[in-house]
Amino acid sequence: MSELLRIPADRFEVNLPRLAAMLLLTATCGVHAAEAPGRAVAHDQERGNCLACHRIPADPAAETLATMGPPLENIRQRFPDRTQLRQRIWDARAFNPETIMPPYGRHRILTEQEIDQVVDYLHGL
Amino acid sequence: MIVSSALRRILPTLVTVAAMLVAAPTNAAPEDDRGAMVRMFQSRFPGVPLDDYVYGGLMFNAAARRHYEDIMAFPPFEPDLDRGKALWETPFRNGRTYADCLPDGGRMIAGRYPTYDAQAKRLVTFEMLLNDCRSNNGEAAYRFDDRDTMGVLTAYARSLSDGMRMDIRVDSPEALARYESGKALFHRRIGQMNFSCANCHVTNAGKIMRMETVSPALGQATHFPVFRGGDSLYTLHARYTRCMQQVRAQPFAMGSDAFNDLEYFHSYLSNGLPLKASVYRR
Ligand code: HEC
Ligand code: HEC
Repeated sequence: MSELLRIPADRFEVNLPRLAAMLLLTATCGVHAAEAPGRAVAHDQERGNCLACHRIPADPAAETLATMGPPLENIRQRFPDRTQLRQRIWDARAFNPETIMPPYGRHRILTEQEIDQVVDYLHGL
Repeated sequence: MIVSSALRRILPTLVTVAAMLVAAPTNAAPEDDRGAMVRMFQSRFPGVPLDDYVYGGLMFNAAARRHYEDIMAFPPFEPDLDRGKALWETPFRNGRTYADCLPDGGRMIAGRYPTYDAQAKRLVTFEMLLNDCRSNNGEAAYRFDDRDTMGVLTAYARSLSDGMRMDIRVDSPEALARYESGKALFHRRIGQMNFSCANCHVTNAGKIMRMETVSPALGQATHFPVFRGGDSLYTLHARYTRCMQQVRAQPFAMGSDAFNDLEYFHSYLSNGLPLKASVYRR
């Protein structure tokens, strides 16, 4: 999936005011990003690459137009139980055998620690 | 429909006879597959003319489509097509040319490939046909993954079939076996990411993956090679390779039986759609 981030933001698909706002916020959120290693894991195309499929509306630094998966929002309400959320990421097939979401834990796409970090990040949004 | 009673009585016989005339039995399964896919996409994207599927992801976005038309008016990959034309026109050492060697001088034929050669008992892609010309005339075959020879030659040679409707045939049990093998690969989950081609290009066609709209499988095989970014040549097998790398699967070799089978199935899906070689892609 590594090429997907290298695709240049395109003049016909990117909303410029939104992009400008994102960049501004990215700059001001720098401190938080450093505090939340899970964000780096989730955004990094070589690791979680969650943005290939999910928008994360509560995180202005999450630059994507993805519609392959549902937007990740209200995560704490939807998954009050963190282990449920963790299981989803570890192997989403437990919930939907036909899912296209990669089995991050079972296929060792992420380490156990990285998965915990992603859970922290999503729960902290 | 009003059918007279006499006609109604003989209708079953007529239908049977007609079916025997038009449909070779081996073709039935592929035709069912293609029909089912056409109906599924047409109900999912109502109002999109079938011919528009050759535009891939661009069919969902009018602005992107205009951008594409602008680039196609003055294609940045013209120099590569010229290099391909030079290769095409340069005679072999024995004085013969590709045009002498190919059916119909190589014009309006590319949409019939891959085809199953019953005598030689092998599936023949258009690139293999070009290489056969070379071998039969005492020249060394080109590598299927060499953009500077086979790549540009194919880009030019396929453009001689622009506008032809894809016409892939599956007309023997042996041919059907190759088609079925390609179909199985298309549906098999592969790689660390656990994706099949169908997961993206059937189930999720039209959805956006990060910044890019995923194209439907229908129409994908009509317009290769593509020039990504305007000047980077991708044969169909190079694109298969790219998609397999994206899901972290070990890609098959370009020109391998596995990719040829996949191309056979994949091209059959585009039957009836207009071929247009060498287009711009992002
Ligand atoms: C290739 C696509 C894809 C990728 C990449 C992906 N997901 Fe998903 N995700 C989905 C889909 C599709 C669903 C919808 C449910 C299903 O089919 O399993 C989903 C569902 C979810 C859900 C449940 C959402 C809800 O509201 O029920 C969570 C949480 C989630 N994903 C988190 C992640 C995280 C975290 C990552 C990255 C580490 C990730 N996903 C990467 C496709 C993806
Ligand atoms: C994880 C998702 C994914 C999987 C799995 C995948 N592809 Fe793709 N494919 C893409 C994306 C994204 C593109 C670029 C956008 C587009 O043109 O569809 C693409 C492009 C293509 C194209 C170029 C279309 C064009 O008009 O330029 C072809 C052909 C293709 N894929 C075939 C395949 C085949 C065959 C397989 C299985 C071996 C496969 N893909 C697996 C996501 C995927």
